[in-house]
Amino acid sequence: MTEVLDLPSLQTILPELILALGAMALLMIGAVRGDSATPVISGLAIVLLVAAGVILAMHPSGKVLAFHGSFVLDDYARFLKILALIGSAVTILMSIEFLGALARQRFEFPVLVLLSTAGMLVLVSAADLIAVYLGMELMSLALYVIAAIDRDNARSSEAGLKYFVLGALSSGMLLYGCSLIYGFTGTVSFAGIAAAAKTGSLGLTFGLVFLFVGFCFKVSVVPFHMWTPDVYEGAPTPVTAFFAAAPKVAGIAVFVRASVTAFPGIVTQWQQIIIIVSILSMALGSFGAIGQTNIKRLMAYSSIGHMGYALIGLAAGVASPDGVKSVLVYMAIYVAMTLGTFAGIIAMRRPEGPVEKIADLAGLARTKPMMALFLAVMMFSLAGIPPLAGFFAKLYVFFAAVKAGLYTLAVLGVVISVIGAYYYLSIVRTMYMDEPAPEFVPMRPELGLVLAVTGLLVLLFCVYPGPLVDAAGAAAQSLF
Amino acid sequence: MASWPILSTVTFLPLVGALWIMVMQGDDEAVKRHARWAALWTTLITLAVSLYLVWRFDPASAEFQFVEKKPWLAGTIMYHMGVDGISLPFVILTTALLPICILASWSAIQSRVKEYMIAFLVLETLMVGTFSSLDLVLFYLFFEGGLIPMFLIIGVWGGPRRVYASFKFFLYTLLGSVLMLIAIVAMYNEAGTTDIVTLMRHGFPPELQKWAWLAFFASFAVKMPMWPVHTWLPDAHVEAPTAGSVILAAILLKMGGYGFLRFSLPMFPLASVDFAPLVFALSVVAIIYTALVALVQEDMKKLIAYSSVAHMGFVTMGIFAVTVQGVAGGIFQMISHGIVSGALFLSVGVVYDRMHTREIAAYGGLVNRMPLYAFAFMIFTLANVGLPGTSGFVGEFLTLIGTFRVNNWVATFATFGVILSAAYALWLYRKIIFGRLEKPSLAAIRDLGAREIAILTPLVILTIFFGVYPRPILDVSMASVTALIDNYHHALGAAGSAKAALLGF
Repeated sequence: MTEVLDLPSLQTILPELILALGAMALLMIGAVRGDSATPVISGLAIVLLVAAGVILAMHPSGKVLAFHGSFVLDDYARFLKILALIGSAVTILMSIEFLGALARQRFEFPVLVLLSTAGMLVLVSAADLIAVYLGMELMSLALYVIAAIDRDNARSSEAGLKYFVLGALSSGMLLYGCSLIYGFTGTVSFAGIAAAAKTGSLGLTFGLVFLFVGFCFKVSVVPFHMWTPDVYEGAPTPVTAFFAAAPKVAGIAVFVRASVTAFPGIVTQWQQIIIIVSILSMALGSFGAIGQTNIKRLMAYSSIGHMGYALIGLAAGVASPDGVKSVLVYMAIYVAMTLGTFAGIIAMRRPEGPVEKIADLAGLARTKPMMALFLAVMMFSLAGIPPLAGFFAKLYVFFAAVKAGLYTLAVLGVVISVIGAYYYLSIVRTMYMDEPAPEFVPMRPELGLVLAVTGLLVLLFCVYPGPLVDAAGAAAQSLF
Repeated sequence: MASWPILSTVTFLPLVGALWIMVMQGDDEAVKRHARWAALWTTLITLAVSLYLVWRFDPASAEFQFVEKKPWLAGTIMYHMGVDGISLPFVILTTALLPICILASWSAIQSRVKEYMIAFLVLETLMVGTFSSLDLVLFYLFFEGGLIPMFLIIGVWGGPRRVYASFKFFLYTLLGSVLMLIAIVAMYNEAGTTDIVTLMRHGFPPELQKWAWLAFFASFAVKMPMWPVHTWLPDAHVEAPTAGSVILAAILLKMGGYGFLRFSLPMFPLASVDFAPLVFALSVVAIIYTALVALVQEDMKKLIAYSSVAHMGFVTMGIFAVTVQGVAGGIFQMISHGIVSGALFLSVGVVYDRMHTREIAAYGGLVNRMPLYAFAFMIFTLANVGLPGTSGFVGEFLTLIGTFRVNNWVATFATFGVILSAAYALWLYRKIIFGRLEKPSLAAIRDLGAREIAILTPLVILTIFFGVYPRPILDVSMASVTALIDNYHHALGAAGSAKAALLGF
């Protein structure tokens, strides 16, 4: 065996190292200084995330393998890592107020977000099943704790416990799938599996299905979505914002990489799974959201639906980079829309405390016109109405689907999007057409900043879509 | 063309005005006043710039003019703008009606004036963009984007059932349009571009033509609206504020007809031939059935809404006859209906502002107190009926001739619609204007004020002018219409000879 700890490998995982070591250091600061250091720790955590992002952005494009091929840093990984880092950094920014308001400030929150993000980065770069499992567990364990961060609150604890029990189950299935795949191919590396699995076998298909169960759970698509509404509703809102953005990016990243690089030989087997999962998710996301009165629950269903649309791109991405590219564009726009929407939801706060009923938004256009305007932009974008960014996200996915000949999937996708538009419109209606409810307290500047920046991104994407689309195209190309 | 991008200027000027209004600060009354004036000036300047288009337009050419082309999405999808003789009249119709809409809302809208004006200006940008974009994705962007401001206009400033109406409007049209989106994607997949000019010459395979035609039809038939997918229109019209109804009837409905002319006929000629009987049948049903429905309405706006559906039936019938008279008549009918139906809704708005009811039974004998109003309303009513000498006659007559050359029966049945339209329109006029002024609530009703005269006068003049001298519109569009029909028959001929060769072999 060669030396395990070689220096080039360490250089490749520099962003992960920064986050992991930084998290340890921040933990020490917190342990010494106590909860009063929470704002400082939050600030430093954001600095670390930004530093990791800058390193990734500066990294020359091209493919670097580390740790004997179990870790890969290519354009695809860099694109999604930066996206996940943005999601995490913005979440910490948006949680400053929440942490300050807790009875006991919890300095662990930013630390846990860092650890979880380190797990995501590993997950995005994983090129064998072991790395997948390591990354996923590192990400998820931190998430379970974060869900229950407000531990004196029964709902938050319940959300954490629910998430943990179901998450553990899905991890078990994932592991079982990994072992089956290893058993039938004799290797854990994606490249090795692809070489060994030129033709499918029943055992391999079983392994694939169990592996996909684990992935589906992490990106919360039907039929492994049940935890989502409860956890989204129970967890504190900034935590929900975190759940909705960065882990989804990492989950989709590994989903796509594993499907495309490890199983190109048995496309027919996994493509039909993806198609069915995608249709069910879109449908459940749209129909399930209609009856909701809690905006966080509604966003849970919305995210289920959106993951369904992103998976259309994966279903179409079997042979050409177009599908993968559309997934990447979709995820980037999804993250922007989600963060912006949650900035608005976190700002739903009256003097007596945060509120989260859709009815609480009534008449927002009159009490807080700018907030209402940007939230409305988010809603129309989530519904996929042009000229907003959400439309282009769907457009690219449909381009890919039609190119791959998946007409039925594309038609179902657009028809379901009309049903989905109904509940997004209902929120706009509540804000613009209903009589005003009591006013919210003034929006915190950092929330306003997040809402305004994401709102402008969503609004102006149509003017200058080039950079994002090109970057996604280059990233998708690196997988093939 | 290296010159100034004049078409983009017309398109995005209203957006600049909207931004200007958005940043206005100050006390409520001042902002209201400034927002109104800013909106009026913006629309007037846009109108002036768009008239420059008319001046520089070369009606002898069937090519697209004032073309702008910039890279936009993913290489092959361009920011491509341009107008020809078919789209230019619609651009002018849009820019000309917007100042009138702003004036019509001057005192009727008192709440959230700033947002109202912004919504109208954004809508103007999207409408002009729809008519002048030469890329399918760009077209779709403008076409669909228009739903957002219109949704808000109906839902925020509308009548008692505004929420229901706005949702119905939005979801109905969205459902039609998303199918078109899939067709657009499929066409891109087939031809490798979404450039409209290229696609017109592409020659799609028959199977794809069939599906794409149906998908586009789903969108445009809802927008138009054709029977039986017209039911959103009466609701939307009744609940929308006056200016919203005007925009809806005068411009948004025309996008359907424009779409048929721009996409369905030139891009899918084979499918158009196959489906023409379907369109004829639906058009005739629309003309006769909705005219009968209009006869029993108790709400003025609803009556006019149903009459719009009937009039659009003439347009679809004329377009799919694919004769010079039919297509040119269809375009003329759309422009004329834009003026006349807009004017009718404005006229309803005049009495609604005074009495706050649209029920026909609440009026009667208005001629005694409002002679000027009675005069203007009569002109528009007669134009709606299609009386010779008004613009309504020219369009209906041309479409009927054009269709008669293709299908006698369709034209014969459609002609009944003309009689029925006289029945409901004159009945409405008699109920509202004539008779004795008995209702005490009407005793003190005022005649048209200066602002209302300023709004209605240009429309009266245009209605009569185009009725006696329709050439300006017909001339502008003639070259493009002729080219459209030539290409259409050429494509059919090519397909026919290919088929013959195949059979002969």
